[in-house]
Amino acid sequence: MAVIGIGETDYVRHGASPDPEFKLALKAVLAACADAGLDPREIDGFASYSDDRNEASRLAAALGIRRLRSATMQWGGGGGGCCAAVANAGAAIVAGLADCVVVFRALAQGQYGRFGQTTGIDSISGEKAYLMPYGVLAPPQRFAMKVRRYMHEHGVRQEALRAIALASYHHAQANPRAVMFGKPLDATRYDASRWIAEPFHLYDCCMENDGAAALVMVAEERAADFQHKPVYLLAAASGSGYRAGAMPHNAPAYASAGFETLAPELYKMAGVGPDDVGVVQSYENFTGGVVMALAEHGFFKPAEANDFLTLENLIAPSGRLPLNTSGGNLAECYMHGFELVLEAVRQVRGSSTSQARRNDVALVIGGPMVTPASNLLLGSEAAR
Amino acid sequence: MNSKPSPSYLPEGLPIPVAEPDGLSAPYWAALRQNRLLVQRCSHCQSWQFGPEWLCHRCHAFDPAWTEVEARGRILSWERVWHPSHAALRHHGPYLAVLVELPHAGGVRMVGNLLGDPMQAVSIGADVEGVFEHHREASPAYSLLQWWVL
Repeated sequence: MAVIGIGETDYVRHGASPDPEFKLALKAVLAACADAGLDPREIDGFASYSDDRNEASRLAAALGIRRLRSATMQWGGGGGGCCAAVANAGAAIVAGLADCVVVFRALAQGQYGRFGQTTGIDSISGEKAYLMPYGVLAPPQRFAMKVRRYMHEHGVRQEALRAIALASYHHAQANPRAVMFGKPLDATRYDASRWIAEPFHLYDCCMENDGAAALVMVAEERAADFQHKPVYLLAAASGSGYRAGAMPHNAPAYASAGFETLAPELYKMAGVGPDDVGVVQSYENFTGGVVMALAEHGFFKPAEANDFLTLENLIAPSGRLPLNTSGGNLAECYMHGFELVLEAVRQVRGSSTSQARRNDVALVIGGPMVTPASNLLLGSEAAR
Repeated sequence: MNSKPSPSYLPEGLPIPVAEPDGLSAPYWAALRQNRLLVQRCSHCQSWQFGPEWLCHRCHAFDPAWTEVEARGRILSWERVWHPSHAALRHHGPYLAVLVELPHAGGVRMVGNLLGDPMQAVSIGADVEGVFEHHREASPAYSLLQWWVL
């Protein structure tokens, strides 16, 4: 399968979008089709994740597409489905269930509630009942203890988390789409920023935004018919390891991002290894999850995290591993990780605002510390 | 084990824990109200399990038995929370949450607050004891399990 088009709306702070969320979804879909040079009526499938509110059937009706043949939703996992949704679209194409599938995420937190605030809940049951009454309410509090444990087990220092935040902000300064464009971050400002939940400073946490992003996929045989250099889906994996969903906080592999099973599967499917990867987009709900996710994908051993994770190593064009080159969830836009998939496409095309020198194989890692998580590898013609 | 009538660790107004409509966790919450801690232990294969499920994850026997265990354990991880994610916590200041492992109950873990000074140094591996915190005036009434460093 190949990605032939990408598109997004303006990315703005939560509450700042003049458009309703569904309109944002439509704008992103049309932008992706325009980028491909595709008549939107050619779309015959939609894929998304995280219970996206903007249903496939409503999109199909609104766009007047001739027939809908595939509509897939990846279960659960917050942003853990951002790569799995692409995989599900690809699987539909390979299976002959659809020919032209749009993968998208539209999310206006200003209209439907911020992820960082808990409101309007009088009583709670299930997993959150064991957490919320203790003030473990929103994602920062749900993940801080996992990261603290990982830092304790492997001697990871705050500076490693900081380097990830600095890399995202560094790249966002070159990206006019980024919400944090024109708002640079340095180590002093990071250190002085308030704690959200230790060990997370303000800048270790993703933003809360309004926007939408989409891409279009077709079979690779058709990819050459469109205007951009095709970007191939080399491999994808989704899921989680043994009892990762044992709640509350009872997963056997606790201090983990959840890629122990997925990373080897991904590399095996693509026939590549970590050394072949030139550039990485790794979902940052929180910087600590990125530390774990990169280690689990074989870029360094956990004990080497402090040495590997420096700003110099993480920036384009020539760092050891250019990371989150659009600014990602921290500084471009929290489009629930889908902006990371679009950025990986740009990297392989060679059109990123922070282009990596090595761009034949681009990795996206979706949703650390959630289940199911997912990942994917995109590649150029040379990497097929 | 203490059961102290002192004010709650966090302000009132946070979501109140209740059992699911299917009643899966009802024995757990009912026991807390009586100063007792229950977790599941399969009577067929003796595996411990928490949170509860209708099935033993190891041997697939249904309805693992609720078993009383001593509310003590050790700190597996912790966090000091500063940002208020709920209106009830506005202007409250930092508080501590801990993840406690219960070695005598198969290593099951539970989240609670660490009582005492919110700025205290917290040590991973420290032994802690449970303290039942009753919210009798709440509607519905409920109880939590908090922790105290030994």
